Amino acid sequence: MSPVIGIVIEAIIKSALMVFVLATAFAYLTLAERKIAAFVQVRKGPNRVGPWGLMQPAADGIKLLFKEEMVPAGADKVLFFLAPILTMIPAMVIMAVVPIGPDVELFGRSIRLGISDLNVGMLYILSVASVAVYGIVLAGWSSANKYSLLGGLRASAQMISYEIALGLSIIGPIILAGTMSLQGIITAQQQSTWYVLWQPVGALVFFLAGLAEVNRAPFDMPEAEQELTAGYFTEYSGMKFSLFFMGEYIKMVAVCAIATTLFLGGYLGPYVEQLPWLGILYFTIKTTALLFLMIWIRLTLPRLRYDQLMAFGWKVLLPLALANVVVTATATVLLG
Amino acid sequence: MLLQELLRDYLPIAILLFVATGMAFAMVALGHLFGPRRDGKAKLMPYESGMTPIGSAVRRMPVRYYLIAVLFVLFDIEVIFLLPWAVVLRKLGLFGLIEMLVFVTILLVGYIYVWKKGALEWE
Repeated sequence: MSPVIGIVIEAIIKSALMVFVLATAFAYLTLAERKIAAFVQVRKGPNRVGPWGLMQPAADGIKLLFKEEMVPAGADKVLFFLAPILTMIPAMVIMAVVPIGPDVELFGRSIRLGISDLNVGMLYILSVASVAVYGIVLAGWSSANKYSLLGGLRASAQMISYEIALGLSIIGPIILAGTMSLQGIITAQQQSTWYVLWQPVGALVFFLAGLAEVNRAPFDMPEAEQELTAGYFTEYSGMKFSLFFMGEYIKMVAVCAIATTLFLGGYLGPYVEQLPWLGILYFTIKTTALLFLMIWIRLTLPRLRYDQLMAFGWKVLLPLALANVVVTATATVLLG
Repeated sequence: MLLQELLRDYLPIAILLFVATGMAFAMVALGHLFGPRRDGKAKLMPYESGMTPIGSAVRRMPVRYYLIAVLFVLFDIEVIFLLPWAVVLRKLGLFGLIEMLVFVTILLVGYIYVWKKGALEWE
Protein backbone atom coordinates (compact mmCIF):
# COMPACT_ATOMS: atom_id res chain seq x y z
CA MET A 1 0.00 0.00 0.00
CA SER A 2 2.77 2.42 0.86
CA PRO A 3 4.22 2.80 -2.68
CA VAL A 4 0.78 3.89 -3.91
CA ILE A 5 0.55 6.54 -1.19
CA GLY A 6 4.03 7.72 -2.16
CA ILE A 7 2.94 8.02 -5.79
CA VAL A 8 -0.21 9.92 -4.81
CA ILE A 9 1.58 12.42 -2.56
CA GLU A 10 4.32 13.01 -5.15
CA ALA A 11 1.71 13.44 -7.89
CA ILE A 12 -0.37 15.90 -5.86
CA ILE A 13 2.67 18.08 -5.15
CA LYS A 14 3.83 17.96 -8.76
CA SER A 15 0.33 18.63 -10.12
CA ALA A 16 -0.14 21.64 -7.87
CA LEU A 17 3.29 22.95 -8.91
CA MET A 18 2.52 22.33 -12.59
CA VAL A 19 -0.81 24.19 -12.43
CA PHE A 20 0.81 27.06 -10.53
CA VAL A 21 3.75 27.32 -12.95
CA LEU A 22 1.48 27.20 -16.00
CA ALA A 23 -0.85 29.86 -14.56
CA THR A 24 2.14 32.11 -13.84
CA ALA A 25 3.58 31.44 -17.29
CA PHE A 26 0.21 32.45 -18.77
CA ALA A 27 0.14 35.68 -16.78
CA TYR A 28 3.63 36.74 -17.76
CA LEU A 29 3.24 35.57 -21.37
CA THR A 30 0.41 38.09 -21.79
CA LEU A 31 2.67 40.81 -20.37
CA ALA A 32 5.60 39.69 -22.54
CA GLU A 33 3.43 39.79 -25.63
CA ARG A 34 2.19 43.30 -24.87
CA LYS A 35 5.70 44.53 -24.08
CA ILE A 36 7.23 43.01 -27.22
CA ALA A 37 4.36 44.33 -29.33
CA ALA A 38 4.95 47.76 -27.84
CA PHE A 39 8.67 47.70 -28.62
CA VAL A 40 8.02 46.50 -32.18
CA GLN A 41 5.57 49.39 -32.67
CA VAL A 42 7.83 51.95 -30.92
CA ARG A 43 5.58 52.37 -27.89
CA LYS A 44 6.31 51.84 -24.19
CA GLY A 45 3.66 49.25 -23.40
CA PRO A 46 2.21 48.68 -19.90
CA ASN A 47 4.47 50.57 -17.46
CA ARG A 48 2.19 51.94 -14.71
CA VAL A 49 1.54 48.95 -12.43
CA GLY A 50 4.73 48.08 -10.61
CA PRO A 51 8.27 48.54 -11.92
CA TRP A 52 8.41 48.06 -15.71
CA GLY A 53 4.73 47.05 -15.62
CA LEU A 54 5.56 43.78 -13.90
CA MET A 55 2.42 43.78 -11.74
CA GLN A 56 0.16 44.31 -14.77
CA PRO A 57 -0.98 40.62 -14.98
CA ALA A 58 -2.07 40.72 -11.32
CA ALA A 59 -4.03 43.93 -11.93
CA ASP A 60 -5.68 42.38 -14.99
CA GLY A 61 -6.61 39.29 -13.00
CA ILE A 62 -8.19 41.31 -10.20
CA LYS A 63 -10.09 43.43 -12.70
CA LEU A 64 -11.50 40.34 -14.46
CA LEU A 65 -12.47 38.85 -11.10
CA PHE A 66 -14.76 41.81 -10.37
CA LYS A 67 -16.35 41.95 -13.81
CA GLU A 68 -19.94 40.99 -14.43
CA GLU A 69 -20.56 37.57 -15.95
CA MET A 70 -23.20 37.77 -18.64
CA VAL A 71 -25.19 34.88 -20.08
CA PRO A 72 -26.89 36.08 -23.27
CA ALA A 73 -30.61 35.45 -23.68
CA GLY A 74 -31.21 32.28 -25.70
CA ALA A 75 -27.89 30.71 -24.74
CA ASP A 76 -27.67 27.05 -23.75
CA LYS A 77 -26.83 27.74 -20.11
CA VAL A 78 -25.16 24.44 -19.17
CA LEU A 79 -22.94 24.26 -22.25
CA PHE A 80 -22.20 27.98 -22.00
CA PHE A 81 -20.93 27.37 -18.47
CA LEU A 82 -18.95 24.22 -19.35
CA ALA A 83 -17.26 25.41 -22.57
CA PRO A 84 -14.50 27.61 -21.01
CA ILE A 85 -13.72 24.88 -18.47
CA LEU A 86 -13.52 22.28 -21.25
CA THR A 87 -11.11 24.54 -23.13
CA MET A 88 -8.80 25.11 -20.19
CA ILE A 89 -8.46 21.54 -18.86
CA PRO A 90 -6.86 19.88 -21.95
CA ALA A 91 -4.38 22.75 -22.19
CA MET A 92 -3.17 22.00 -18.65
CA VAL A 93 -3.31 18.21 -18.90
CA ILE A 94 -1.39 17.98 -22.19
CA MET A 95 1.82 19.01 -20.39
CA ALA A 96 1.68 15.90 -18.15
CA VAL A 97 3.92 13.74 -20.34
CA VAL A 98 6.55 16.39 -21.12
CA PRO A 99 9.74 15.88 -19.07
CA ILE A 100 11.17 19.25 -17.99
CA GLY A 101 14.41 17.80 -16.63
CA PRO A 102 16.26 14.54 -15.95
CA ASP A 103 15.50 12.48 -12.84
CA VAL A 104 16.83 14.13 -9.67
CA GLU A 105 17.51 12.91 -6.12
CA LEU A 106 15.40 14.65 -3.51
CA PHE A 107 14.65 13.51 0.09
CA GLY A 108 16.25 10.15 -0.72
CA ARG A 109 13.85 9.48 -3.58
CA SER A 110 14.45 9.58 -7.30
CA ILE A 111 12.02 12.19 -8.57
CA ARG A 112 11.00 12.49 -12.21
CA LEU A 113 10.74 16.13 -13.34
CA GLY A 114 7.44 15.73 -15.14
CA ILE A 115 4.09 14.30 -14.10
CA SER A 116 4.41 10.93 -15.85
CA ASP A 117 6.27 9.21 -18.68
CA LEU A 118 3.84 7.15 -20.77
CA ASN A 119 5.13 4.65 -23.31
CA VAL A 120 2.40 6.02 -25.62
CA GLY A 121 3.29 9.65 -24.86
CA MET A 122 2.88 11.05 -28.37
CA LEU A 123 -0.47 9.29 -28.80
CA TYR A 124 -1.59 10.85 -25.50
CA ILE A 125 -0.61 14.31 -26.76
CA LEU A 126 -2.51 13.85 -30.03
CA SER A 127 -5.65 12.62 -28.26
CA VAL A 128 -5.69 15.40 -25.65
CA ALA A 129 -5.10 17.96 -28.39
CA SER A 130 -8.21 16.63 -30.15
CA VAL A 131 -10.32 17.09 -27.02
CA ALA A 132 -9.43 20.79 -27.01
CA VAL A 133 -11.64 21.32 -30.08
CA TYR A 134 -14.81 20.46 -28.11
CA GLY A 135 -14.69 23.46 -25.79
CA ILE A 136 -14.37 25.85 -28.73
CA VAL A 137 -17.19 24.26 -30.75
CA LEU A 138 -19.47 24.22 -27.69
CA ALA A 139 -18.64 27.86 -26.89
CA GLY A 140 -19.50 28.90 -30.45
CA TRP A 141 -22.71 26.93 -30.52
CA SER A 142 -24.06 27.62 -27.03
CA SER A 143 -23.70 31.43 -27.21
CA ALA A 144 -26.64 31.81 -29.64
CA ASN A 145 -24.68 34.54 -31.44
CA LYS A 146 -23.81 34.64 -35.13
CA TYR A 147 -20.24 35.80 -34.59
CA SER A 148 -19.66 33.02 -32.06
CA LEU A 149 -21.12 30.33 -34.30
CA LEU A 150 -18.99 31.41 -37.26
CA GLY A 151 -15.90 31.61 -35.08
CA GLY A 152 -16.54 28.18 -33.60
CA LEU A 153 -17.09 26.62 -37.04
CA ARG A 154 -13.97 28.21 -38.46
CA ALA A 155 -11.92 27.20 -35.44
CA SER A 156 -13.02 23.58 -35.53
CA ALA A 157 -12.47 23.21 -39.29
CA GLN A 158 -9.04 24.82 -38.99
CA MET A 159 -7.95 22.81 -35.97
CA ILE A 160 -8.94 19.43 -37.38
CA SER A 161 -7.35 20.28 -40.75
CA TYR A 162 -3.99 21.14 -39.23
CA GLU A 163 -4.14 18.27 -36.76
CA ILE A 164 -3.41 15.84 -39.61
CA ALA A 165 -0.22 17.66 -40.58
CA LEU A 166 0.67 17.90 -36.88
CA GLY A 167 0.20 14.16 -36.42
CA LEU A 168 2.27 13.33 -39.51
CA SER A 169 5.12 15.65 -38.53
CA ILE A 170 5.73 13.85 -35.22
CA ILE A 171 6.17 10.49 -36.98
CA GLY A 172 9.70 11.47 -38.12
CA PRO A 173 11.13 11.74 -34.57
CA ILE A 174 9.27 8.57 -33.55
CA ILE A 175 10.86 6.61 -36.42
CA LEU A 176 14.33 7.94 -35.50
CA ALA A 177 13.94 7.27 -31.77
CA GLY A 178 11.95 4.02 -32.10
CA THR A 179 9.67 5.00 -29.20
CA MET A 180 6.64 7.17 -28.47
CA SER A 181 7.78 8.04 -24.95
CA LEU A 182 9.00 11.64 -24.71
CA GLN A 183 11.71 10.67 -22.25
CA GLY A 184 12.83 8.01 -24.75
CA ILE A 185 12.95 10.56 -27.58
CA ILE A 186 15.17 12.82 -25.46
CA THR A 187 17.48 9.92 -24.58
CA ALA A 188 17.74 9.07 -28.27
CA GLN A 189 18.68 12.68 -29.04
CA GLN A 190 21.36 12.49 -26.36
CA GLN A 191 22.95 9.62 -28.29
CA SER A 192 22.74 11.28 -31.71
CA THR A 193 21.97 15.00 -31.93
CA TRP A 194 19.00 17.40 -31.87
CA TYR A 195 16.37 16.08 -34.27
CA VAL A 196 15.87 19.50 -35.85
CA LEU A 197 19.07 18.73 -37.79
CA TRP A 198 17.72 15.39 -39.10
CA GLN A 199 14.12 16.55 -39.41
CA PRO A 200 14.15 20.20 -40.54
CA VAL A 201 10.99 19.73 -42.62
CA GLY A 202 9.25 17.87 -39.81
CA ALA A 203 10.16 20.59 -37.33
CA LEU A 204 8.88 23.32 -39.65
CA VAL A 205 5.60 21.51 -40.32
CA PHE A 206 5.15 20.86 -36.59
CA PHE A 207 5.70 24.52 -35.72
CA LEU A 208 3.35 25.86 -38.44
CA ALA A 209 0.63 23.30 -37.67
CA GLY A 210 1.09 24.08 -33.97
CA LEU A 211 0.54 27.80 -34.68
CA ALA A 212 -2.69 26.93 -36.48
CA GLU A 213 -3.72 24.51 -33.74
CA VAL A 214 -3.59 27.24 -31.08
CA ASN A 215 -5.25 29.79 -33.42
CA ARG A 216 -2.30 32.16 -33.40
CA ALA A 217 -1.52 34.71 -36.10
CA PRO A 218 -1.17 34.35 -39.07
CA PHE A 219 -3.75 31.59 -38.59
CA ASP A 220 -6.04 33.51 -36.21
CA MET A 221 -9.11 33.49 -38.43
CA PRO A 222 -11.40 32.07 -35.69
CA GLU A 223 -11.04 35.18 -33.55
CA ALA A 224 -10.30 37.72 -36.26
CA GLU A 225 -11.09 40.92 -34.32
CA GLN A 226 -11.93 43.04 -37.33
CA GLU A 227 -14.60 40.74 -38.75
CA LEU A 228 -15.87 38.47 -35.97
CA THR A 229 -15.23 40.82 -32.98
CA ALA A 230 -13.77 37.92 -30.95
CA GLY A 231 -15.00 34.78 -32.66
CA TYR A 232 -16.21 31.99 -30.43
CA PHE A 233 -15.83 33.97 -27.17
CA THR A 234 -17.68 37.11 -28.26
CA GLU A 235 -20.37 36.69 -25.58
CA TYR A 236 -18.03 35.73 -22.73
CA SER A 237 -16.99 38.14 -19.98
CA GLY A 238 -15.27 38.08 -16.61
CA MET A 239 -13.59 34.92 -15.38
CA LYS A 240 -15.05 32.73 -18.14
CA PHE A 241 -13.42 35.00 -20.72
CA SER A 242 -10.13 34.77 -18.88
CA LEU A 243 -10.38 30.95 -18.90
CA PHE A 244 -10.49 31.02 -22.72
CA PHE A 245 -7.51 33.35 -22.75
CA MET A 246 -5.68 31.13 -20.29
CA GLY A 247 -6.40 28.02 -22.34
CA GLU A 248 -5.07 29.67 -25.48
CA TYR A 249 -1.84 30.89 -23.91
CA ILE A 250 -1.16 27.66 -22.02
CA LYS A 251 -1.67 25.77 -25.29
CA MET A 252 1.01 28.05 -26.78
CA VAL A 253 3.35 27.06 -23.96
CA ALA A 254 2.48 23.39 -24.48
CA VAL A 255 3.14 23.47 -28.24
CA CYS A 256 6.51 25.16 -27.64
CA ALA A 257 7.40 22.68 -24.88
CA ILE A 258 6.55 19.69 -27.08
CA ALA A 259 8.48 21.18 -30.02
CA THR A 260 11.46 21.66 -27.69
CA THR A 261 11.25 18.04 -26.57
CA LEU A 262 10.85 16.55 -30.04
CA PHE A 263 13.23 18.67 -32.07
CA LEU A 264 15.49 20.73 -29.80
CA GLY A 265 16.71 18.04 -27.41
CA GLY A 266 14.37 18.94 -24.53
CA TYR A 267 16.34 19.53 -21.34
CA LEU A 268 19.68 18.48 -22.89
CA GLY A 269 22.59 20.90 -22.66
CA PRO A 270 26.18 21.18 -21.43
CA TYR A 271 26.91 19.70 -17.94
CA VAL A 272 23.35 18.40 -17.56
CA GLU A 273 24.63 14.93 -16.57
CA GLN A 274 26.61 16.34 -13.63
CA LEU A 275 24.01 18.89 -12.54
CA PRO A 276 20.51 17.54 -13.33
CA TRP A 277 18.79 20.71 -12.11
CA LEU A 278 20.40 22.62 -15.00
CA GLY A 279 18.00 20.69 -17.26
CA ILE A 280 15.07 22.86 -16.15
CA LEU A 281 17.02 25.99 -17.09
CA TYR A 282 17.86 24.68 -20.58
CA PHE A 283 14.29 23.55 -21.11
CA THR A 284 12.95 26.96 -20.07
CA ILE A 285 15.39 28.83 -22.31
CA LYS A 286 14.52 26.77 -25.38
CA THR A 287 10.76 26.98 -24.76
CA THR A 288 10.94 30.74 -24.18
CA ALA A 289 12.87 31.20 -27.41
CA LEU A 290 10.12 29.39 -29.34
CA LEU A 291 7.44 31.46 -27.57
CA PHE A 292 9.27 34.63 -28.56
CA LEU A 293 9.30 33.34 -32.15
CA MET A 294 5.50 32.87 -32.01
CA ILE A 295 4.96 36.43 -30.75
CA TRP A 296 7.40 37.78 -33.34
CA ILE A 297 5.53 35.99 -36.14
CA ARG A 298 2.23 37.46 -34.94
CA LEU A 299 3.66 40.97 -34.99
CA THR A 300 5.24 40.53 -38.42
CA LEU A 301 2.84 38.65 -40.67
CA PRO A 302 -0.67 39.65 -41.78
CA ARG A 303 -3.58 37.27 -41.34
CA LEU A 304 -4.30 34.69 -44.06
CA ARG A 305 -7.62 34.60 -45.88
CA TYR A 306 -9.74 31.60 -44.90
CA ASP A 307 -9.57 29.81 -48.28
CA GLN A 308 -5.78 30.35 -48.35
CA LEU A 309 -5.56 28.92 -44.85
CA MET A 310 -7.48 25.75 -45.70
CA ALA A 311 -5.57 25.35 -48.98
CA PHE A 312 -2.26 25.75 -47.16
CA GLY A 313 -3.17 23.06 -44.65
CA TRP A 314 -4.56 20.50 -47.09
CA LYS A 315 -2.50 21.15 -50.24
CA VAL A 316 0.90 22.17 -48.85
CA LEU A 317 1.45 21.00 -45.27
CA LEU A 318 -0.24 17.58 -45.60
CA PRO A 319 1.73 16.41 -48.71
CA LEU A 320 4.91 17.90 -47.25
CA ALA A 321 4.48 16.04 -43.97
CA LEU A 322 3.60 12.79 -45.77
CA ALA A 323 6.67 13.10 -48.04
CA ASN A 324 8.78 13.74 -44.94
CA VAL A 325 7.50 10.52 -43.36
CA VAL A 326 8.22 8.47 -46.49
CA VAL A 327 11.72 9.92 -46.95
CA THR A 328 12.58 9.46 -43.26
CA ALA A 329 11.34 5.87 -43.25
CA THR A 330 13.19 4.97 -46.47
CA ALA A 331 16.43 6.55 -45.28
CA THR A 332 16.18 4.87 -41.87
CA VAL A 333 15.61 1.40 -43.35
CA LEU A 334 18.10 1.62 -46.23
CA LEU A 335 20.93 3.48 -44.45
CA GLY A 336 20.37 1.91 -41.01
CA MET B 1 2.72 -6.22 -11.63
CA LEU B 2 0.99 -4.86 -14.71
CA LEU B 3 -1.60 -3.16 -12.53
CA GLN B 4 1.15 -1.51 -10.52
CA GLU B 5 2.79 -0.16 -13.68
CA LEU B 6 -0.53 1.18 -14.93
CA LEU B 7 -1.05 2.87 -11.58
CA ARG B 8 2.44 4.35 -11.59
CA ASP B 9 1.98 5.77 -15.10
CA TYR B 10 -1.65 6.88 -15.16
CA LEU B 11 -2.52 7.76 -11.55
CA PRO B 12 -0.42 10.99 -11.62
CA ILE B 13 -2.19 12.04 -14.84
CA ALA B 14 -5.58 11.40 -13.24
CA ILE B 15 -4.51 13.54 -10.28
CA LEU B 16 -3.34 16.36 -12.57
CA LEU B 17 -6.69 16.15 -14.39
CA PHE B 18 -8.44 16.43 -11.03
CA VAL B 19 -6.35 19.43 -9.90
CA ALA B 20 -6.80 21.24 -13.24
CA THR B 21 -10.57 20.63 -13.19
CA GLY B 22 -10.76 21.89 -9.63
CA MET B 23 -8.88 25.03 -10.54
CA ALA B 24 -11.08 25.75 -13.57
CA PHE B 25 -14.28 25.37 -11.53
CA ALA B 26 -12.81 27.45 -8.70
CA MET B 27 -12.01 30.30 -11.10
CA VAL B 28 -15.55 30.35 -12.49
CA ALA B 29 -16.98 30.15 -8.97
CA LEU B 30 -14.83 33.12 -7.83
CA GLY B 31 -16.05 35.15 -10.77
CA HIS B 32 -19.67 34.39 -9.83
CA LEU B 33 -18.95 35.31 -6.21
CA PHE B 34 -17.31 38.68 -6.80
CA GLY B 35 -18.84 39.86 -10.06
CA PRO B 36 -21.89 42.16 -9.96
CA ARG B 37 -25.16 41.13 -11.59
CA ARG B 38 -27.25 43.77 -13.31
CA ASP B 39 -29.40 42.10 -15.97
CA GLY B 40 -31.40 43.99 -18.52
CA LYS B 41 -33.37 42.98 -21.60
CA ALA B 42 -31.30 45.01 -24.05
CA LYS B 43 -28.08 44.01 -22.32
CA LEU B 44 -28.66 40.29 -22.67
CA MET B 45 -29.45 40.56 -26.37
CA PRO B 46 -26.88 38.69 -28.52
CA TYR B 47 -24.10 41.09 -29.50
CA GLU B 48 -24.20 42.03 -33.15
CA SER B 49 -22.20 45.25 -33.24
CA GLY B 50 -25.17 47.32 -32.10
CA MET B 51 -27.80 45.96 -34.49
CA THR B 52 -30.95 44.25 -33.26
CA PRO B 53 -30.34 40.60 -34.21
CA ILE B 54 -32.36 39.33 -37.15
CA GLY B 55 -33.47 35.73 -36.85
CA SER B 56 -31.95 32.97 -34.77
CA ALA B 57 -28.20 32.49 -34.57
CA VAL B 58 -28.42 28.71 -34.90
CA ARG B 59 -29.03 28.33 -38.59
CA ARG B 60 -27.91 26.25 -41.54
CA MET B 61 -24.18 26.22 -42.12
CA PRO B 62 -22.14 25.54 -45.27
CA VAL B 63 -21.80 21.86 -46.14
CA ARG B 64 -18.03 22.30 -46.56
CA TYR B 65 -17.54 22.09 -42.82
CA TYR B 66 -19.06 18.59 -42.81
CA LEU B 67 -16.89 17.63 -45.78
CA ILE B 68 -13.76 18.76 -43.92
CA ALA B 69 -14.83 16.77 -40.87
CA VAL B 70 -15.29 13.58 -42.92
CA LEU B 71 -11.91 14.03 -44.63
CA PHE B 72 -10.33 14.64 -41.23
CA VAL B 73 -11.62 11.31 -39.92
CA LEU B 74 -10.16 9.47 -42.94
CA PHE B 75 -6.71 11.04 -42.76
CA ASP B 76 -6.48 11.08 -38.99
CA ILE B 77 -7.01 7.32 -38.92
CA GLU B 78 -4.10 7.07 -41.35
CA VAL B 79 -1.93 8.93 -38.83
CA ILE B 80 -3.05 6.60 -36.04
CA PHE B 81 -2.08 3.60 -38.24
CA LEU B 82 1.33 5.11 -38.90
CA LEU B 83 2.18 5.66 -35.22
CA PRO B 84 2.74 2.04 -34.08
CA TRP B 85 4.42 1.28 -37.40
CA ALA B 86 6.88 4.13 -36.81
CA VAL B 87 7.83 2.70 -33.40
CA VAL B 88 8.76 -0.78 -34.73
CA LEU B 89 10.03 0.25 -38.19
CA ARG B 90 13.67 -0.57 -37.39
CA LYS B 91 12.71 -4.12 -36.39
CA LEU B 92 10.43 -4.67 -39.38
CA GLY B 93 13.09 -3.50 -41.82
CA LEU B 94 12.48 -3.58 -45.58
CA PHE B 95 9.27 -5.61 -45.25
CA GLY B 96 7.64 -2.97 -43.04
CA LEU B 97 8.78 -0.16 -45.33
CA ILE B 98 7.25 -1.75 -48.46
CA GLU B 99 4.02 -2.60 -46.63
CA MET B 100 3.63 1.01 -45.56
CA LEU B 101 4.54 2.35 -49.00
CA VAL B 102 1.67 0.29 -50.43
CA PHE B 103 -0.67 1.69 -47.76
CA VAL B 104 0.43 5.28 -48.39
CA THR B 105 0.10 4.81 -52.17
CA ILE B 106 -3.52 3.65 -51.81
CA LEU B 107 -4.20 6.67 -49.61
CA LEU B 108 -2.51 8.98 -52.11
CA VAL B 109 -4.90 7.77 -54.83
CA GLY B 110 -7.79 8.76 -52.58
CA TYR B 111 -6.13 12.10 -51.79
CA ILE B 112 -5.66 12.92 -55.48
CA TYR B 113 -9.28 11.92 -56.17
CA VAL B 114 -10.51 14.22 -53.40
CA TRP B 115 -8.34 17.06 -54.73
CA LYS B 116 -9.54 16.59 -58.35
CA LYS B 117 -13.18 16.38 -57.23
CA GLY B 118 -12.73 19.84 -55.68
CA ALA B 119 -13.42 18.86 -52.08
CA LEU B 120 -10.38 20.84 -50.95
CA GLU B 121 -11.47 24.04 -52.71
CA TRP B 122 -12.99 26.71 -50.48
CA GLU B 123 -15.22 29.02 -52.49
